[in-house]
Amino acid sequence: MNDEMKPRRRKHGRRSPLASVALVLTGLLMTGGAYALFTAATPASASVDLTSTQTIQEGKKLFAANCATCHGLNLAGSDSGPSLIGVGAAAVDFQVGTGRMPLAKDAAQAPDKPPVFNDTQVKQLAGYVASISPGPGIPAASNLTLTGDATKGAELFRINCAMCHNVAGAGGALTEGKYAPNLMETSPSHIYEAMLTGPQNMPVFNDDNITPQEKQDIITALKTQSKSETVGGFALGSLGPVAEGLFIWIFGLGAVVAFTVWLTAKAN
Amino acid sequence: MTTTSDTYNFDPTAPADSRRSGGITGWASRYVDERTGISYVVREFGRKIFPDHWSFMLGEVALYSFVVILITGTFLTFFFQASMAEVTYDGSYGPLKGLEMSAAMQSTLHISFEIRGGLLIRQVHHWAALLFVASTMLHMLRIFFTGAFRKPRELNWVIGFVLWILAMAEGFTGYSLPDDLLSGNGLRIIAGMVEGIPFIGSWILWLLFGGEFPGTAIVGRLYTLHILLLPAAVLAFIALHLVFVVTHKHTQYAGPGRTNENVIGVPVLPVFAAKAGGFFFVVFGLLMLMGAFFTINPIWVYGPYDPSPVSAGTQPDWYIGFADGALRLMPGWLGGPGGVPMEFVLFNTTYSLNILIPIVVLGLFIVAVMLYPFLEAWVTGDKREHHIADRPRNMPSRTAIGAAGVAFYTVLFFGASSDLIATHFKVSIESMITILQFMLVLGPVLAFFVTKRICLALQKKDRQIVLHGTESGRIVRLPGGEYIEVHEPVDEYERWKLVAFNDYEPLMLRPNAAGRIPVTERARAAISRLFFEDRIEPVTSTELEVARHH
Repeated sequence: MNDEMKPRRRKHGRRSPLASVALVLTGLLMTGGAYALFTAATPASASVDLTSTQTIQEGKKLFAANCATCHGLNLAGSDSGPSLIGVGAAAVDFQVGTGRMPLAKDAAQAPDKPPVFNDTQVKQLAGYVASISPGPGIPAASNLTLTGDATKGAELFRINCAMCHNVAGAGGALTEGKYAPNLMETSPSHIYEAMLTGPQNMPVFNDDNITPQEKQDIITALKTQSKSETVGGFALGSLGPVAEGLFIWIFGLGAVVAFTVWLTAKAN
Repeated sequence: MTTTSDTYNFDPTAPADSRRSGGITGWASRYVDERTGISYVVREFGRKIFPDHWSFMLGEVALYSFVVILITGTFLTFFFQASMAEVTYDGSYGPLKGLEMSAAMQSTLHISFEIRGGLLIRQVHHWAALLFVASTMLHMLRIFFTGAFRKPRELNWVIGFVLWILAMAEGFTGYSLPDDLLSGNGLRIIAGMVEGIPFIGSWILWLLFGGEFPGTAIVGRLYTLHILLLPAAVLAFIALHLVFVVTHKHTQYAGPGRTNENVIGVPVLPVFAAKAGGFFFVVFGLLMLMGAFFTINPIWVYGPYDPSPVSAGTQPDWYIGFADGALRLMPGWLGGPGGVPMEFVLFNTTYSLNILIPIVVLGLFIVAVMLYPFLEAWVTGDKREHHIADRPRNMPSRTAIGAAGVAFYTVLFFGASSDLIATHFKVSIESMITILQFMLVLGPVLAFFVTKRICLALQKKDRQIVLHGTESGRIVRLPGGEYIEVHEPVDEYERWKLVAFNDYEPLMLRPNAAGRIPVTERARAAISRLFFEDRIEPVTSTELEVARHH
């Protein structure tokens, strides 16, 4: 090493100027990694055994703390909430999994919102409710492979669902402030469970009415549509002619009028 | 062999180009003129003067979007099959593969997915159609609020009105052609309206559809109307409209040197033609951009028409929205559910007042739009020609009536999107409908009075400015200790705009020759009072003189 460099000895180890950067980086990586691991672990717990005693016990505790106020300790319901006897695991997975339950306020309809419980807790609740009395179960992964017939599914959707959910799945208004929600972001299992249990104002489409294969077709059609690119450009919210009309008046005619003003402007 | 006559000066030895001055351009224009006499047209039309104001260019937008519609529409006819024959879809759009649909739907999908540039042209065609109707209506509003429909232009207003109706008809017939679910639902509503007419409704429906709804004929028939009869009619009326525009000369806003007998602006040739030509490409370019970047009518999402499914959120294109809104806002019972039903059977005939009343109301509204110029002329009794466009404030009652009409139309339009408003603003659809029902009645009344008051207030302000100038904010202390604010007199050019307007007074009832006052005159006097009872008189020259020496 050069003699002249000696007084300005390079700092090593934890005194290096890069040490703090490295420390922050390691910390970030660790927390980030842990977070990723944790969130990645949540879907993995989808394989919670709904019938195990431990699941049911945990579910019972969660239920007593969060649901029993309205639905009653023995699921019999009360003045403020319906009985949950016979609703099955599918209903719990849908209502709690989409954040509709626990209810935030008494309204015409429970809106979907960020879920309060993680997936394991949802499954524990579902296992507990199903253990009290049987009902429609959470659909098996084999029913949600998105390999159905999208053409047939879209046709079934138009005939059975479009009058409330709109033909493009954009949702629509029902009476007295109720509404059919937009389906573009809804997960396949939640769509399946909704058909199976008929939550809120939705009718039940049981397996005799729409077979599991047909349910899969419908889900395939919806997911094909939500995943596919909008070939014509920006979709303007898929709201149809009203959005198009507002667009032409505000932006189309707005731009045209701006041009007319520009064309007839006097030079300063 | 020499002759002074220019016409027969034929010298075969002279070089062709130098026979006359002007070179090739001169030769070509003479060639054409000698055979067609077109110089007369060029002289008349080329010297037409266009005053410069942005609001005078709105009609052009409608014209240009119609040209775009013709160009793109022609392209679409190359590939569209107006047939309701059932076929099995086997095109490149996966999610519809194997589905039964009409040939019309299949060919529209073919245009969208397989024809090069087909989707772009389809979208440009549809956006241009929306812009056509929108710019037509904005143009009509401009004409209305500036009083440019007054003598001698009343008939041209009616022609423009017919163009508006034709534009809506063009739009609706085109909207129904792809035979997709959305347009099929719309067609079903129209079919229902036709069926709602007592006695003849069913017969008309069978005539239109060639049997029961939907039948197998309607797309072909609408297509014939859409590409043959209606465009021909639109073209004919546009031609007539423009001939009148040239004949009447252009209106202009009041200003220094601008009188009822002249028009100040630029001639068509060369300035205005260049500007307008450029503007055509601006409009065309804008429509191409919209077609390229914004989806319109994605029929592949809607799927083929089938009478059984009805989609939530079904709406017509915006310009038919007011009719849909009228149906939606019509109560089914008078006095709430359980009251007087609006549909009843009398002597084996069903009377659907819930459909008939909206039809009648819409009809009256449309007829009122058409006849307004004649109504106003009757009320004012003004037989003079008017070539100076009014500032809307200077005719408060007309402006207020226009505002009321706009309010009425707008409420009807929002009635057609009541369900979307309900879901997007998280209100119940019933309360939305009730609110709109009240607004349909109260909105126009409110708009009338508020607009009238605003106009009168603006007129008062103008008067103040003319007589006393504008407040400068500069406080000056006079030698005697008095403080005054300096008012700056208004610019002379500016003042011209503020004082030049007509003043009408309420009609005085006088007995006619027979010594009687007919009922029609009483009615006229009543309307005249409504129009002109509250008015601000224009500043007279005497007042101006007095103010100047003040």
